Amino acid sequence: MIFALVGNQNCGKTTLFNQLTGSNQHVGNFPGVTVDQKIGEIRSVKNCSVVDLPGIYSIRPYTNEEIITRNFILENKPDGMINIIDATNIERNLYLTLQLIEMNIPMVLAFNMMDEVRGNGGTINIAGMSQDLGIPIVPISAAKNEGIDELIDKMLSTAKNRVYPKKVDFCGAGPVHRCIHAISHIIEDHADNCGMSSRFAATKIIEGDEDIISRLELNQNELDTIEHSVIEMETNHDMDRNAALADMRYTFIERICARSVVKCKESKEHLRSVKIDNILTGKYLAIPIFLGIMFSIFWLTFSIIGAYLSDLLAMGITGLSDLADTGLTIYGINPVVHGLLIDGVFAGVGSVLSFLPIIVTLFFFLSILEDTGYMARVAYVMDKLMRKIGLSGRSIVPMLIGFGCTVPAVMATRTLSSERDRKMTILLTPFMSCSAKIPIYALFTAAFFTEYQAIVMIGLYIAGIAAGIIAALISRRTFLHGNPVPFVMELPNYRFPSFKSVIILMWEKARDFLVKAFTVIFVASVIIWFLQTFDSRLNVVANSTDSLLAVIGKFISPVFEPLGFDDWRVSTALITGFTAKEAVVSTMGVLTGTAAAELSTTLSSLFTPVTALSFLVFTLLYTPCVAAVAAIRRELNSGIQTIAVVIAQCGIAWVVAFLLYQLCSLVNLT
Amino acid sequence: MKLSNLPIGRNAVITKVGGEGALRCRLLDMGIIPKTRIVIRSVAPLGDPIEIRIRDYTLTLRMEDAEKIEVDPIEGEAL
Repeated sequence: MIFALVGNQNCGKTTLFNQLTGSNQHVGNFPGVTVDQKIGEIRSVKNCSVVDLPGIYSIRPYTNEEIITRNFILENKPDGMINIIDATNIERNLYLTLQLIEMNIPMVLAFNMMDEVRGNGGTINIAGMSQDLGIPIVPISAAKNEGIDELIDKMLSTAKNRVYPKKVDFCGAGPVHRCIHAISHIIEDHADNCGMSSRFAATKIIEGDEDIISRLELNQNELDTIEHSVIEMETNHDMDRNAALADMRYTFIERICARSVVKCKESKEHLRSVKIDNILTGKYLAIPIFLGIMFSIFWLTFSIIGAYLSDLLAMGITGLSDLADTGLTIYGINPVVHGLLIDGVFAGVGSVLSFLPIIVTLFFFLSILEDTGYMARVAYVMDKLMRKIGLSGRSIVPMLIGFGCTVPAVMATRTLSSERDRKMTILLTPFMSCSAKIPIYALFTAAFFTEYQAIVMIGLYIAGIAAGIIAALISRRTFLHGNPVPFVMELPNYRFPSFKSVIILMWEKARDFLVKAFTVIFVASVIIWFLQTFDSRLNVVANSTDSLLAVIGKFISPVFEPLGFDDWRVSTALITGFTAKEAVVSTMGVLTGTAAAELSTTLSSLFTPVTALSFLVFTLLYTPCVAAVAAIRRELNSGIQTIAVVIAQCGIAWVVAFLLYQLCSLVNLT
Repeated sequence: MKLSNLPIGRNAVITKVGGEGALRCRLLDMGIIPKTRIVIRSVAPLGDPIEIRIRDYTLTLRMEDAEKIEVDPIEGEAL
């Protein structure tokens, strides 16, 4: 059996999902749903899985989440639905419930956070509410793991016995009632044909839902009759169609809540949130605190915890690699195979794994920010700034993470609700100069701009941000037009994050990265190894200047001639930079035959200050490393779009470096 | 008066919800419908968006969207 887990955002849905399934989770895709959904086997029950659908407030056809959730329910016809609601915010949560009931699928309602309701002196008459809504209700506390077994029992019996929601008229009497019933009657056969509930279809038709209307395949005559009856309702009710239905649902909810709910005064949790918000979203402190928090996360991730874990991992890999090295040497294996294993396989695996500590540590902090409710505040505080480039406040966090590492930054865009915002953020993030580029900047600024080192460094960061902003503005006017999703966002009460959820999210992101990126990065490393090891006649090279890679470097070096650096060693270093940006410096060392310490002296023979600047700008803007490209591919879910992003980035880098170099040459700075 | 002109902390009742398309549906779905009580809690540090309290929960709205909501101020203790 398959159950769909549906609910608003911030109602504890993911916590419940984790409680229901434990660690038995995987992703899968379903017909009609483009994005992979999380599925889990319900603990202690055989052959029974639950799908965690995105949090929504209404069954509309607008946002990504709405489309995914409704398509899943309409097309996969789950055996049962679990609708979880936040009982402390019952009115707005029941709004979705009424629409789900209309879909006429066996369902159970879970009243979450009942401990909070009771703790603040409120009560809910569960039996009365269940009677009024016509569906079974189970009070639970997902965070405290209370009521979960009862919920599982109830959902199994409801689905097994095919207990459909009782027919309850939410529409009372009057024009809306007449209109809904008239339309249900007209479309009944059509709805039956596509297995849709006619009551649900009728309300959606009144709301002008094009998707439902086209699914029903109504003829012109029927459409005219329907339109006529909706207009009649609007005239008699003195309200337009959308307002009339929202009003109908909320009126019904207010009526049943008046009967069964004793509201508490302002809850402790809310009062606490207000106090915290006075500081965290306060006029003067909000932005400094946000920057402080981001800085601390960066510092902890890239300098302390992540760095420590990375070192540990590197030690392990080096140890293993050395062990294998010795073993293979003693065994006397063919030196090429030896090279493949040590320089290709081990180096490749090592470079994939080197990202893991950073991803895990960053997502540990990010999921805490998300689960406590702080991320919503960040979006609120930073919205005005981000709107200037056509994004919403939500995008600021992934973009800032981009300064550390593009890979987790791109992965963090998953939480953005609008497809357009997501694409735009993914496009911009690589322009934020990642930490792996620092060694390149350090080397070049030390060699050429000793006096202005800091200024050049800061200038590069600012140039990256500026390029991102310009790319955003251009993409908004060309291929990513369309309206941003309305910024009508709930600010949930601050809560303590659940340790289990944080750990599950970390594990998920790590697995996601390994599964999706492993092959790509691994293959890229092996290819680069191959190109470095062999010459054009597939003989093992004695000198790296004869390798296939050098041949390719020589071949493309004229491309960089207009930018001022056409030495083949530079273009070869840029190619290896595709596997990891750190490789740019080491490749230059290898190809010029100089040790790292003397590299800056050697560089003066390859570059002038102006060509060095042009090279730095190119490095700043050109395609991110293969791991980032793999992450972009994963999040965009399209190979073609990913290639387009890579080409666009290389193109932008070339043009900017070209303009800079030519301009500098014009004013005769050379 | 427009919601965007309502002083912070002053109670009001919604009289009309304008806007169109996805925005309007979103406002209605979130419970912003005529006859509902509403109050502005605070304004974001950069002057936009605003934080409102409605139906016992907190919501953010951009100023340009708040302009599309008509309200009548009423007396009484803040929500």
